[in-house]
Amino acid sequence: MSRAPSRLPAGGRIDRNQPVTFTLEGRQYSGYAGDTLASALLANGISLVARSFKYHRPRGFIAAGVEEPNGLFTLGTGGRTTPNVPGTTIELHAGLVAARQNGFPSIEFDLMAVNQWFAPVLGAGFYYKTFMGPRRGSWMFYEPFIRRAAGLGAGTYERDPDRYETAHAYTDVLVVGAGPAGLAAARAAGLAGARVLLVEQDFLAGGSLLSAPVDSGEAEWCAQVVAELARMPNVQVRLRTTAFGLYDGNTVGLVERRDALRPDPERGEAREVLTTARAGSIVLATGAYERPLVFGDNDRPGIVLAGAAETYANRYGVLLGRQAVVLTNNDRAWTSALALAAQGSAVTVVEQRQTVDASLLASAEAAKVAVMLGGRAKYALGGKHVEGVVVAAGSREVRLHCDLLCMSGGFAPVVHLSSHTGIKPLYRADIDAFVPGGHAATHASAGAANGTLDGWAAIIEGHDAGVRAVGGDAAAAVSSPALPAGPVHRYALQPVPVPELPPRGKAFIDFQGDVGLKDVHVAHQEGYVSVEHLKRYTTLGMGTDQGKTSNINAIGVMANLRSLSVPATGTTTFRPPFSPLTVGALAGRAVGHHFRPIRRSPLHDWHVANGATLIEAGPWLRAWFYSWAGSTAASAYIEEMKLVRCGVGIADVSSLGKIDVQGPDAAEFLNRVYVNGFAKLPVGKARYGVMLNDDATVLDDGTTARFGETRYFMTTTTAQAAEVMSHLEFLLQTAWPELNVAVTSLTDQWAGMSVAGPKAREALALALPGIDLADGTLPHMGVREVEFEGVPLRILRLSFSGELAYELYVPADYGIALWEHVLKAAEPLGIRPYGLEALASLRIEKGHAAGLELDHRTTLDDLGLGKMASREKAFVGRELRLRPELQAPERWSLVGIECLEDGARLRGGAILFAAGEPVKGHGRGYITSVTWSIELGKYIALGLYDGGLRHEGEEIVCAFPLKGEQVRARIVSPIFIDAKGERLHV
Amino acid sequence: MLRIPCPHCGERDYTEFRYAGDASKVRPKHGTDDVKTWHDFVFLFDNPKGPHREYWQHVLGCRQWLVLERNTATNEVMGAVLARTREAS
Ligand SMILES: [Zn+2]
Repeated sequence: MSRAPSRLPAGGRIDRNQPVTFTLEGRQYSGYAGDTLASALLANGISLVARSFKYHRPRGFIAAGVEEPNGLFTLGTGGRTTPNVPGTTIELHAGLVAARQNGFPSIEFDLMAVNQWFAPVLGAGFYYKTFMGPRRGSWMFYEPFIRRAAGLGAGTYERDPDRYETAHAYTDVLVVGAGPAGLAAARAAGLAGARVLLVEQDFLAGGSLLSAPVDSGEAEWCAQVVAELARMPNVQVRLRTTAFGLYDGNTVGLVERRDALRPDPERGEAREVLTTARAGSIVLATGAYERPLVFGDNDRPGIVLAGAAETYANRYGVLLGRQAVVLTNNDRAWTSALALAAQGSAVTVVEQRQTVDASLLASAEAAKVAVMLGGRAKYALGGKHVEGVVVAAGSREVRLHCDLLCMSGGFAPVVHLSSHTGIKPLYRADIDAFVPGGHAATHASAGAANGTLDGWAAIIEGHDAGVRAVGGDAAAAVSSPALPAGPVHRYALQPVPVPELPPRGKAFIDFQGDVGLKDVHVAHQEGYVSVEHLKRYTTLGMGTDQGKTSNINAIGVMANLRSLSVPATGTTTFRPPFSPLTVGALAGRAVGHHFRPIRRSPLHDWHVANGATLIEAGPWLRAWFYSWAGSTAASAYIEEMKLVRCGVGIADVSSLGKIDVQGPDAAEFLNRVYVNGFAKLPVGKARYGVMLNDDATVLDDGTTARFGETRYFMTTTTAQAAEVMSHLEFLLQTAWPELNVAVTSLTDQWAGMSVAGPKAREALALALPGIDLADGTLPHMGVREVEFEGVPLRILRLSFSGELAYELYVPADYGIALWEHVLKAAEPLGIRPYGLEALASLRIEKGHAAGLELDHRTTLDDLGLGKMASREKAFVGRELRLRPELQAPERWSLVGIECLEDGARLRGGAILFAAGEPVKGHGRGYITSVTWSIELGKYIALGLYDGGLRHEGEEIVCAFPLKGEQVRARIVSPIFIDAKGERLHV
Repeated sequence: MLRIPCPHCGERDYTEFRYAGDASKVRPKHGTDDVKTWHDFVFLFDNPKGPHREYWQHVLGCRQWLVLERNTATNEVMGAVLARTREAS
């Protein structure tokens, strides 16, 4: 007699007219539509599907659902590789490519199985003691070996060609799980008129009902309710969709896995869809897992959960063995035994209880199922497949031969989602299991998830939960569904006694983590008393299955060792995700350039078409340098600087924050937010201003122009634009609601460009004939609002570079037109565009602090701007600026630095030391910004230095340990050029 | 996902908002020139477990600053009002 599982000639929820070909490790196999990878492999006689995590023991499937700890597969090839997927959750589809994991060189012949001989070494805490102990460095050495020997499947470094989507859903009632309770809940809520979303991780609705024979009353009930739901337009059923987390605000994370639908990324079809669902109320009908039994060598292939054997037989038409022993402590597993008998297995029930309900014995006898009462397994027999079990009944020991050993220690409700809210599960002694410890007002659990395992009580409870989720009279009037025809499954059990160390073999608790009963004993002996510590020390429950089948057994053992009750021992904390999520699903479409929004200047297209190399600056994509000046930034920016210092250039400054400030109290408002006076700024003038945070660190700087009595135009730095906008709104809405001022962001509405250089006025005279730009009419810091060819144009005479310069602002859609017009008109003067690198370098020569210096840690005084602070008025940050610590002379403050070594360069981030002192530790400051100065012919920098300009003239060392460099330099004034500002007043 | 009831825009995901801390304290009047008063306002906060009022701005919506009441232990949101109207009252 073959001991391999095989396909039954008929039956099951598979479509025998639809064969499906798939590939396992290069070999082709065939299954049917409706199979999972697990059922198809078993139907092909493949029961050895994995080698265990630490000891490389042969393993088979023990479950038929998401709780499967052993049978993990790597799916797909190349960029589509997905490791560690339970074969029991993989819907068979044409083209499926799978490989078993953790066997070297193959699962059947595993060299690493010698690990079994080293088993004592690999016991509890092996990782902790060996690699995380005092000689932790050894982890580095051993890691590659350990990963190979003990690792799960490997991912891929290749780019995933598939498409992943994110979506949002809103519903009145969300029901998780389409088993009897979930179907009843969705039906009730649907009939009450609510919008209902029912999600089910399986590719069929029905849950435990799918494990009943296809011609049973349960199957008929299931089909009827599913059809009823399909007829309701307000009810949506989503299959292949896992609710992986329950979050604040009645938000549930859903992931739909669409592999079996063979999505084509070329056609925009998603492989996985991550949906954020917001629900009015939530019904959790997530079912229960069967609990394994702990005895010697309980991990041999062919040892399965009783319900799984029933599912394989009834749902998939796969009989796992011809000679079965069913080990149980509860009534439900007797149904599984009868199901196997009905399919032709010779079945023996070994029941832990001394007495059971007479009806069980009667039905067993009718089905020719042998029964042994008061028996418990001691250890299993067999190697690569189970061959028998040694059972103790009273003082007798009996050896039973079998090719299928089913076990059932009762059922553990799936309390993960209800625990995600932070409510600890509660132990119920009558069912020897944890149930939800409570619910928020709009949450409920129903059915097996709630510990309701008896008969059709799950359906009734689901119905009631659906009614309550909607509430009101209409819901209360919804009629209950008729109950399924046929025998009712009673659920009674006697808790499993605490397992003892078996006389033979290893007794596993966590199959995936390869954690045995003995490991838990060791952890206890070594003082790991809490469940959370046990988990981390032994790795119990730390696998991809998160201990779905092992938690309750581990807690029982731990409780006994500590002489505590199970509730006093407690359970581990469940956290999302309920089952592993792919990074693809989490990332969705936010990959590559979609990772975050890119902001483009209104002049962007011109830059791209005219030789600009672009650079990311925060969210902005800006012109870095132009090809006319050179092929690399390092050479081009110097040419561009020369252009501005000697002739005229034009730069895109559209990314600057622009804020319209209007209202009768606008002057008072500006006067409060800037440290310097703005009350008396005349119309037609701009002023440079600095804003502080409440704690007196510098928030931002910029210029504000007054275009009318009650109308101002503020510019901010690119980096702080959003921050400043929020700050102004905060002050107006929370602190000073009495001020009549409106602020509006215009950043995207206006294009901005700076025309700078000694020939800037000449250039604009060519470009804007008829507009008077004479120094007398438009002096330094003067502003004008004009119309040019019917387009509003704002001209602000301000300079960032230290040269004569004008900022021009036009509505964004006219940006390119004006830019091209200026370039063309001023062509005789040699005007050219210059980019961000030159823009930043010019300001360093001029000693303007910018983003790198305004790091929310520096104060006004640190930046050498203390004199700007008004003594006449109050402003945000005034009082806290005067804290002694912020006025201390040894604060790191702004200095200029000039390089003293030919051929050496300064670097941003270099650490500063006084000349002669040891180069060690954090130093006395650091360099914030560096450039080559075309005027001085050397590297210059801005930096923050302990005591600042009190050290002017002193020699320092700029250390850059990453490159092993130490360069001599000198502290100088940060204003390297035109200290008197003569160039600005021409 | 915390859901915030914006008085203008209705209930929205918190990801549309920015958080700006404790709203239970009263900002010193503009021009208050006592360093200690400002110090206590800017730096000293309670860390209550339970109901708490805090500032949130609907940056990706109406841009209004709200005062939200939230239970810091359970994340239950009790309600929100416009900061502007609260400050005025
Ligand atoms: Zn809003």
